[in-house]
Parts: sequence; C-alpha cells; structure tokens
Amino acid sequence: MKKIATGNKAVAEAVKQATPGVVAAYPITPQTEIVEQIAEFVSGGLMPTRYIAVESEHSAMAACIGASITGVRTFTATSSHGLLYMHEMTNWAAGARLPIVMANVNRSLGPGWNIWAEHTDALQERDTGWLQIYVSTVQETYDAILMAFRIAEHNDVLLPVMVNLDGFLLSHIMQPVDTVELGDFIPAIYLPHAIDPKHPAGYGPLTGPDQHFKFRWEIERSMRDSVKVIEQTEKEFAERFGRKYGFTEDYRCDDADVIVIALGTLGKEAEVAVDILRNEGVKAGSMRIRWLRPFPKLELKGKDVVVIDRDYSFGFGGIVANEIKAKTGISLYSVIAGIGGQEVTYDDIAGFVRTRRMGEEFWFGVNTHV
Amino acid sequence: MFEIRIHSRGGQGGVTAARLLAMAALHDGKYATACPFYGAERRGAPIVSFVRIDDRPIKIYSRIRQPDMVVVLDTSVMDTVDVLHGLKKGGRIIINSAGKREFPGFECRNVDLTGIALRKNLVVAGSPILNTPVIGALAKMGIITADSAKKAIREMFSDERNVNAADAAYKEMSA
Repeated sequence: MKKIATGNKAVAEAVKQATPGVVAAYPITPQTEIVEQIAEFVSGGLMPTRYIAVESEHSAMAACIGASITGVRTFTATSSHGLLYMHEMTNWAAGARLPIVMANVNRSLGPGWNIWAEHTDALQERDTGWLQIYVSTVQETYDAILMAFRIAEHNDVLLPVMVNLDGFLLSHIMQPVDTVELGDFIPAIYLPHAIDPKHPAGYGPLTGPDQHFKFRWEIERSMRDSVKVIEQTEKEFAERFGRKYGFTEDYRCDDADVIVIALGTLGKEAEVAVDILRNEGVKAGSMRIRWLRPFPKLELKGKDVVVIDRDYSFGFGGIVANEIKAKTGISLYSVIAGIGGQEVTYDDIAGFVRTRRMGEEFWFGVNTHV
Repeated sequence: MFEIRIHSRGGQGGVTAARLLAMAALHDGKYATACPFYGAERRGAPIVSFVRIDDRPIKIYSRIRQPDMVVVLDTSVMDTVDVLHGLKKGGRIIINSAGKREFPGFECRNVDLTGIALRKNLVVAGSPILNTPVIGALAKMGIITADSAKKAIREMFSDERNVNAADAAYKEMSA
C-alpha cells in the first residue's frame, strides 16, 4: 500500500512488520520519532514486543545484547552521541555474534551543539564488526530495515546490522512509501548459541592469546560470507516485491569519464547533478555506496573520481575517500561537504565535478585549498 | 517539477499542510516530497516547509531556492521574513488574509483561512487550525484535485469540520 511517511515512520513500520521480541531504546533527536512510534505500536497492542525503556544508550545496547543472547529478535535505534555512548556495547554485540538490528539517524557530533546530518557518528563505528548500510529514500529505508533482519540473522552471518539514514534530510522528509505483505520473507530466528533462560548457563568468556584471534577471524569470515547473503537477500526481495538494490547504486556510470561517489541523500541528489553535467556534454555518473561494511568491490580504474565526504578524520582526511583510495589504489578528488547539515545542492555537486583537481582535498565553504 | 514554500509559525500547522499536500498529490498519481526546514525554532517562531510535486520520483533533498508558489499562513512573519525570496517571476502567492494584497510581478490570491477556521469552530488550544483550510485553497489553484484534497484530509482527520473548512476556502478564495 502506498502512503506518505517520514524516514523515521518507515523504520518503525518495517520494525513492526519484522516483529522483534524486544526493543530497548533511548530517545535522541532526530531519532525520537522512531522510538515514539514503536512504543505506540507496542502499547496499542499492534506489536507483540517487550519495549524496554532504558536510562541510556549504553543500557539500550546492553539490554538488546541480553535479549538477543536468548535467541530473540531485537531492535534499537539511536543517533550521534547516543551511538557513541553505546560504543563499548556495539563491539560486544558483534563479538558475541548477536544479530541485533539498529537504525542510526546520522547526526553530527558536538561541540558546538548540532543536530543536523553528518556521517562521522556511524563511521566511528566502522571497525566494530557491524554491517553498515546507508540509505537515501524513505522507501529504501523501509526496505533496508526488513532486509537487515534477514541478513543479520542468517546463520552464515550472525552479526549485527546498522541501517543509516540522514538526520532530518531523510528522517523527517515525507515521501511516498509502498509497504509490502511480508509473508515469510524473514524466517523465524534461530540462534545456534542461544542461552535457554529456563536453564540459564553461560560458557567461559575468557579466551586466551591462543584462542582470541580465532574468534576475531570468525567475525571477518562471516563478514566476507555476508556478501553472498546480502546478494541473495536483495535478489529475493526484488523477486518478491519488485525493488532492486545492490552494494552500490550506479547512475549513468557505464560510459562515464567522471564519477561522483557519496553516501545517503547526497548520493541521491548527485544524480540530479549528473543529469545537469550530461546536458553540458560532461560524461558524468554517480555511484552511491550503500553497503560500507562489508566494503564493496569498486571498478573505478581509468575514471576521474570525485568523493563527497559528509564526515572527517582529523589529521587524515575524508573517511570514505580514503577507504576507496586504500581499496582501489586510485587517485581522486576529495570533497568535504555537508558537515553538520551544511546545505549542499545539486548545483554545488555539479560544481565540484567541473572544478575538480585530482589528488587534492577541498573543504566546501572554506576558502583555503589544501 | 512544481515547488512550493509554506511560511508559518511553529504550531500553526505548516508542516501538516505540507504533508496533506503531498498525500493529495500522491492520490493524484504524482510523486511528492514534503519537508520542513528544522532550525532551532520553537512554538511561535517563523518556520518554512517545502513541497515538491512531479511526475517522476524526486531526488532533491536541498532546500527550494526558486519556488513556483509561496503560501503564507501568517502575515506577521512578513515583518521579519522575505516571503518573496527567490519566487519565480510571475510566481503565485496564496496569503491568509481577509483583504486583497498586491505584489507587483506576482499573482497573489487571498483567502481568510483564520476566519474560516473560527467560523467552522476549528480551534485547538486557542489557535485556529489553518492546515486543512489551506488545502482547499491549493485545490482551487489546481495544484491538487479537490477529490484528492478531501481524501487526504479524511485520511488524517476524522472530524468532518476539516473537510468543510477546506470546501469553504475553495469557494471563498479571491480571483
């Protein structure tokens, strides 16, 4: 059924359909609407879910871990400082191989206090063992949440999944969304290492120097195996519901000489910039990275590549640009734009392409060129 | 693509009006996005909402810079906000006002949305509701069909006074 919904409402609707046994969450702008809506569904009897109102995000993730280890489907949502307050527990969730699904509404980090879109929050979590996807429309948000449960809980994966949507730009925009009859798309959860709460027993958590690396390798092996699980899941989603996704969304890339790469809503707005550039005779394309973990295989050799980072690693550079450089070995033009919700239009993006200087870094709105 | 900017004060229903407009456009078989610009505003502060309507999926997330139409739900915001900013030449204006207003170079229609809300007893917490009547005015301007306007209003509000208020605005808007 087609209706108008915000990104936040689309998350809540998808979570309702996935029927987790437990949701534990703490509200934070701009994520609040997600947990308000889920709490309303639960209190209204529309979700057979135990909603745990906790006193902090650290506790939210701890409660999800406690619930998930009993083999129950779990969900939480957060943003920005809330995500980073969870950081110890996000590592634990992945290490304990718990298929928790989390929506993270990307927001900048203070100070100065700022509630608007930025990706540095989630990118600071990229080494935790969570799968990460960045979405760009309300429809894609809804679809990604549904698929996230199936991917996380697949026994070849058993790792948590973080679905990232841009604060306000996507969390609060109202767009058409087509909801689906889910059927058996998400199979019943089976956690092979679940603890039975009726006969509670754990196993020795100390892993010595002769063992620990094996557990870490198991995380990496499952991260690599998740590639085919993601492909299978997205393929079956397309067959059942008609919407096709991939590790990247490529727009007019086939014959492109220059490719713009960005995450989230910037990556979608870049398609408008590409159309403008094509009309000027510039063979431009847009490649929106959806899955950042596992990192996609990118074919970029021989192209001019312009990467827009809505994030930064101080003393180093744009995070996405440098991940692409590390994985592909190409030289690129690194643009830092959209920090703390800075307005970036399709005209600005077209401008980045026109004035690109390969091998350099450019901070949009700042006059000093590095 | 048709781009509309709605000016109001926090709490007056500008965001809901944007949502209703997008819902009605969807019923018309079009694509629509509606987004408020979230600043540090509080109840009573001037705010803007943006609505885009097109025959194709809309990929733009940045703010509307050159609207085709401006809707002013509260004329008092005009003391501090340039509501004509970026409005396309010959662009249209709907203004919540009992009296006719002139803006050279633009096409301005006025309708007394506040008066309609008070007359229809559409008042919540002491404030007249403007978001449903203005949908009637937008239907009159041909932005959405009257049928889709009513359908959208009924989806969101069970109180039929909202539809009556939209009807009144449809009939009473100036030429």
